[in-house]
Amino acid sequence: MSRPSDHYDSPSPAPESAREAGSASITQPKLGVVGWLRWFWRQLSSMRTALFLLLLLALAAVPGSLVPQRSSDPNGVTQYFVDNPTLAPILDSVQMFGVYSSVWFSSIYLLLFISLVGCVIPRTKHHFDALRSAPPKTPARLNRLGGFITREYAFAEPVEAGPSTGSGNEAGPSTSSGNGGNGDRPSTGSGNERNGGSAAILESARVILKKAGYRVRTYQDARSTSVSAERGYARESGNLVFHTALVGILITVGIGGGFGYAGQRVVVEGQTFVNTLLAFDSFNPGRFFSDDTLTPFTLRLDEFDATYETQNLDAFGQPIDYTAHVTTTEDGDESDGEVKVNSPLKIGGSDVYLLGNGYAPTLTVKNAEGTVVFTDSVPFLPQDANLTSLGVVKITDGLPEQVGMIGFFYPTQDVSSTGAYFSSFPEAEYPVVTLNVYTGDLGLNEGVPTSVYSLATDKMTQLTGGKTGVDSIELKPGETAQLPNGMGSVTLDGIKRFASFDIHRDPTQLWVLVFAILVLGGLLTSLFIPRRRVWVKLIENADGTGVTLEYAGLARGDDPRLDDAVAELADKHIASLPSARAATTSPEITGAKTPDDA
Amino acid sequence: MMETLEQYSILLVYSAMAIYALAFISFALDLAKRSSQIKADEVAAAPAELVGASVSGRSGVTDAPVVATTGAAGASGADAGPKRSVTLRIGVALTVIGFLLQLVGVVLRGIAAERVPWANMYEFSITGTLLIMGVFLVVLMRQDLRFLGTFITGLVLILLGVSTVNYYVAVVPLPPALDSAWLVIHVFVASLGTAFFALGGALSGIQLLQNRRETAKGSKFLNFRLLDTLPDSVRLENLAYRINIVGFVFWTFTLIAGAVWAERAWGRYWGWDTKEVWTFIIWVIYAGYIHARATKGWRGSRSAWLALIGFAAVLFNFGVVNVFFKGLHAYSGL
Ligand code: HEM
Repeated sequence: MSRPSDHYDSPSPAPESAREAGSASITQPKLGVVGWLRWFWRQLSSMRTALFLLLLLALAAVPGSLVPQRSSDPNGVTQYFVDNPTLAPILDSVQMFGVYSSVWFSSIYLLLFISLVGCVIPRTKHHFDALRSAPPKTPARLNRLGGFITREYAFAEPVEAGPSTGSGNEAGPSTSSGNGGNGDRPSTGSGNERNGGSAAILESARVILKKAGYRVRTYQDARSTSVSAERGYARESGNLVFHTALVGILITVGIGGGFGYAGQRVVVEGQTFVNTLLAFDSFNPGRFFSDDTLTPFTLRLDEFDATYETQNLDAFGQPIDYTAHVTTTEDGDESDGEVKVNSPLKIGGSDVYLLGNGYAPTLTVKNAEGTVVFTDSVPFLPQDANLTSLGVVKITDGLPEQVGMIGFFYPTQDVSSTGAYFSSFPEAEYPVVTLNVYTGDLGLNEGVPTSVYSLATDKMTQLTGGKTGVDSIELKPGETAQLPNGMGSVTLDGIKRFASFDIHRDPTQLWVLVFAILVLGGLLTSLFIPRRRVWVKLIENADGTGVTLEYAGLARGDDPRLDDAVAELADKHIASLPSARAATTSPEITGAKTPDDA
Repeated sequence: MMETLEQYSILLVYSAMAIYALAFISFALDLAKRSSQIKADEVAAAPAELVGASVSGRSGVTDAPVVATTGAAGASGADAGPKRSVTLRIGVALTVIGFLLQLVGVVLRGIAAERVPWANMYEFSITGTLLIMGVFLVVLMRQDLRFLGTFITGLVLILLGVSTVNYYVAVVPLPPALDSAWLVIHVFVASLGTAFFALGGALSGIQLLQNRRETAKGSKFLNFRLLDTLPDSVRLENLAYRINIVGFVFWTFTLIAGAVWAERAWGRYWGWDTKEVWTFIIWVIYAGYIHARATKGWRGSRSAWLALIGFAAVLFNFGVVNVFFKGLHAYSGL
């Protein structure tokens, strides 16, 4: 079968290894290195190695689910370092925070796939040969094979009854019922008669098997003639497709990631995003990515709709639907579109996903003279289910000192018994913004990139809120408050919504899907199509009155229906023969090859 | 109106549990009876041997596990091998009734929620156990696996008990992330796969016991007499294999469908989220199981252990990963 030699169906390796040992000992001086490589390759592509590596892969995947991973949960990793200051660096040194791209995880799956290739190539070659070759010779003894059955078939009339010519022609109902040679042939001798009958019987079996999708071949030996048949080559084809498609997935994932990109961008209602590198808040290009693969399109967020549950008190305030209504332009064509959580928007070869949303209060700051020094809708990041949100405003110029403000936004403000504010509903029913004002150095001039969502307060002085004794500034839409120290004023002009989009391109995604479907198809074929051989053997009775028919099968791989299939074949075959006196011997069932007879 | 539907639903689930409990008792009584039947047969065996009746009960290649003892039944004159066991039939009948009650309960839950009834832990549990029962009953039509009744009803009872007590949540609407046709497909097929793995796992477990009995005859440890009335280990292994590979196909589909859904919802088809990791681990373990069965030296008990580890991982994925692990697959209110 050219399966790995430790496949349970492979012949016992004893003679082979003996032979090899022999040849190895002779050729050792010359082929030492090659011999070793071959030995190593055989080990690597053996079933046992594959099994070991598979189990190792499963085991190696576990830690990545116990420890936060940088790729999927970077904040979790940061937190983990804070919580476990001694353990974390140790884990980090063995790549525990990036298990799935770690050296050890990668080596396991790469070895596995090398093993896979080493296994699949010889099998594919062998299978191509098998597809073109005839079913193997009928075994001398069928009675030890699966579903063994014998049937007696008597010719309509004993053909060797006597010298009287013509008796064969009038041999009874069966011969005239037209199954070939018997009737037509001038009965010159009983021998021909017999052989013609036998040949027809075998031919009938051949036709039945062929119709059932078997590849057939007739064999003859001293005692008997037989049909050898095999079917279910698709089982092995499916298996090979399955394994090859796995390699396909690995390669496309490995290469495909390199050509794509993923970028994130927060867009406030009314804003337009232009698909250029600079417009992204964050951007992860693949290894082979180049800027000019970014197709020029624009996307404006016209309106963001969020619907929350209000009827069902068990789920009060739970989000039901988010819809971002957008206007896009591509090649000068403007069109309206929608982005929803489970339905991305396709544009310019990229997909736009709706990943998050929140509120962006519009704030305007004026200096003491009344000149506007800052006005913008600032996205505040949601902190809880009712969208209590946190945002930062940085004013570098126009005021006596640099000013930073940390703001809280409560869409529906409420006050707890301790006096703390919270939001009791995610919709902006009673929106309130509170601001803590800091002055000092914003740290923007050192050229170190800083997040727009956080404020480094260590070099700043807090003027409102917290321990300052001065109340935080508190604003409802349309309200204005004075900044401390007579620096100026701040106004909450209104509240807008923002959506955060993930813009993504993965040109090989479709190929991964194609391979995945091949995996599934190959799996179904290889698991559920039985591969089996069956034989029909015809032995002429010594007295020439009839023949003994033997039927048996051999399962190649799991084949629960083998015995039934053999029995069905026997019945069908007998039924197809001229209605002679086919006598049935009681079927002996031996489960030699298939202990399983369900 | 919706609230009453919801209440009817839970009431039906409770009733189904009560019926399953009775079924469990019947199945357990049957197992107990099998043990004592064997003893009785052995007593009867001495004279019976004269007429050639085999009472060893090793059912070997027979189709139903029960046939082997019928020979003895004639000799001992007692009522019956397990095939005619009244308790066994009562067990199956009760299981069917419980299944129907649960089915209506699950459907009502869906009507009350106006969506498919598998969107949170409680709902996964009631639908998943319903599928376990359903698969068991369907397989029963083709194979006499009634001896698994105790295990299946027991497992379902435990799962239903834990989820009704710990995970019950009132009907709530779907959060936008779950509002997708893929929820229907992905989760349903995953539950179906789980149901097959449960059945396959049970068979593999019994296979291991049976194997132990066959190889270490005379050893007292875990040497249940009733095993004599069950199919031999090779047959159990073949049955387990056939059921597990169906589970594996469903699981493969779940993995692919999950990736497609993740692509729709999160913009990437694979991100090593905890739940993705565990789905992958389970898939690889079962791939290992299938391989093991084709590897010399691993057929038989060793591969059966892998099937059990695989099923343990399935339970872990459902019961522990969903509840205690952090990840994108956070289910609203469990
Ligand atoms: C990525 C790693 C692998 C996975 C996930 C995998 C998975 C599977 C699965 C699910 C099957 C059963 C379905 C079928 O027959 O198509 C199978 C069968 C098989 N695999 Fe693999 N396999 C892997 C690697 C390998 C390697 C490295 C070898 C070679 C040593 C191998 C050899 C075989 C053979 C010979 C069968 C047929 C088993 C039988 O006769 O029943 N596989 N594999």
